Amino acid sequence: MLIQTTEILDTFAEAFEMWGARVIITAETEKWAMAAARSMTGFATSVIGCKCEAGIERQLPDDDTPDGRPGVSVLLFAGSAKGVGNRLVERVGQCVMTCPTTACFNGLDAEESVIVGGKLRYFGDGYQSSKLMGDQRLWRIPVMEGEFFVDESFGVQKSVGGGNFLILGEDLDVTLQAAEDAVQAMQIEDIILPFPDGVVRSGSKPGSKYKALPASTNDAYCPSLRGAAPKTELPESVTCVLEIVIDGLNEDAVAESMRLGINAAAREGIVSITAGNYGGNLGQYHLHLHEILRG
Amino acid sequence: MKFVLHKQPEVPLEAEVISPDFLQNKNIDEIKALTIFHGNNQVPLSDFFEISGDLDDGQIEVEGDLSKVKLLGYNMTQGRLLIKGDVGAHLGAEMNGGEILVEGNAGDWVGREMSDGRIIIKGDAGHLVGSAVRGSPTGMQGGEIIIHGNVKNEVGNGMRRGLIAVGGDSGDFTGVNLKAGTIFVLGKLGQRPGASMVRGSIISTQPAELLPTFTYNTTFKPSFLRNYLIYFCKLGFPIEKEHINGTYQRWSGDSLELNKGEILLFAE
Repeated sequence: MLIQTTEILDTFAEAFEMWGARVIITAETEKWAMAAARSMTGFATSVIGCKCEAGIERQLPDDDTPDGRPGVSVLLFAGSAKGVGNRLVERVGQCVMTCPTTACFNGLDAEESVIVGGKLRYFGDGYQSSKLMGDQRLWRIPVMEGEFFVDESFGVQKSVGGGNFLILGEDLDVTLQAAEDAVQAMQIEDIILPFPDGVVRSGSKPGSKYKALPASTNDAYCPSLRGAAPKTELPESVTCVLEIVIDGLNEDAVAESMRLGINAAAREGIVSITAGNYGGNLGQYHLHLHEILRG
Repeated sequence: MKFVLHKQPEVPLEAEVISPDFLQNKNIDEIKALTIFHGNNQVPLSDFFEISGDLDDGQIEVEGDLSKVKLLGYNMTQGRLLIKGDVGAHLGAEMNGGEILVEGNAGDWVGREMSDGRIIIKGDAGHLVGSAVRGSPTGMQGGEIIIHGNVKNEVGNGMRRGLIAVGGDSGDFTGVNLKAGTIFVLGKLGQRPGASMVRGSIISTQPAELLPTFTYNTTFKPSFLRNYLIYFCKLGFPIEKEHINGTYQRWSGDSLELNKGEILLFAE
């Protein structure tokens, strides 16, 4: 399959079942809501090294937030519901509660939930109090600037982590621009791109010659290892590869985001677009590029 | 199902049977034969009400001047009760679910000792909304009472959980003996609000004179108020933006009790 001059390989992205949550952060101004969201989603690129993957889903106007203030929606994914809960307690506690004027709300209606504010409340040292709004309990934790208002529990649901595609370009400039354009096009609801500004250059393969490492550089896609590694997946004209990884609350959103990204990345100078998989034996979701593009 | 009051009672009618739970699985003849107290006399429901329709949609509509009809929606757990007119005391007493909407005014003891569900009064309500009965330590334990007009004395007496929102003014002793829960009064509080309160919140958008057993803490923007006020907007309360975005004085008390209660008064 060709999009313009770019060949789309007949392969699939192998994605994994994860658990996800949506966190709504609000603050007096967009600046502080975003500051908390950036802090909370920092060092959350890959479960391999960060225990979770997180990113900013979108900014929310005043009308779309529970307290009518500017907000930011964050998605966070981990390998289990318990893992999501633990990471939320850490990150909401250290990155959101600490940030001036913020409040933090559950943004996901789900059958299962994890306790977050219900654990953070102990920071209040007995001065905390709660409010019950509908069926949801929220905690008021006194802080030096006023109060931190946070939902007791956050919904979690099974999600999809590790959707991906790789952009194989003739040089750095065209590949980087294609990746940036793809990221721009992929900003839809229910997904995040957990790597720095959505792009990853250090794609990995499972395992390593060093026993302690669970993953190591994806040598088959490193142009500088052409001829040195056991095999290469790169055509002769390719000198640069960038990957975009997608985590989403559902498979459809991940697929739609990939479709938008691949279409935006394809251009002259991008030789091909492929996807990372492990032969189909590890991941529960197989996102076939041709099927996605055909809709 | 529709109930129309066709004869005005001379003394209060105790019509606790007019509740979705009680009427479920009964045919119209059985319902007409249900007895209610008219003063100290037991009379068939049909002596006072014309009854028609069925309960398939889970809704009961009651029409007429019901200001002498007590205990409507007593102990209800589901469904909807729509009251077109004024209604008497003990509306939704011990209610545990469902919704009651009153298009007129309500008497005393609205939602006394209720534990869940929602009561909406479009007009005014009487004394002791959401309260405990005399001799009982605990009032309302959950759910919501939303009153668009004014209320009289002792709103939320002994209340332990839940929400009472008053669009107008409240009488004296608002939140007396409050154990927990939230009382909003968008108008003026009467005298001695929060007397003997233990925990919980009483909030007003107007200045108020407080007991000396309350201590001024600070003036700040309580985040949680925004969520409530936005919720009230959705319920049709005319909330001004300055009350959502403004600052509130926080007073803690009652220091004769645990001193863990708070009264929040709009500052600017």
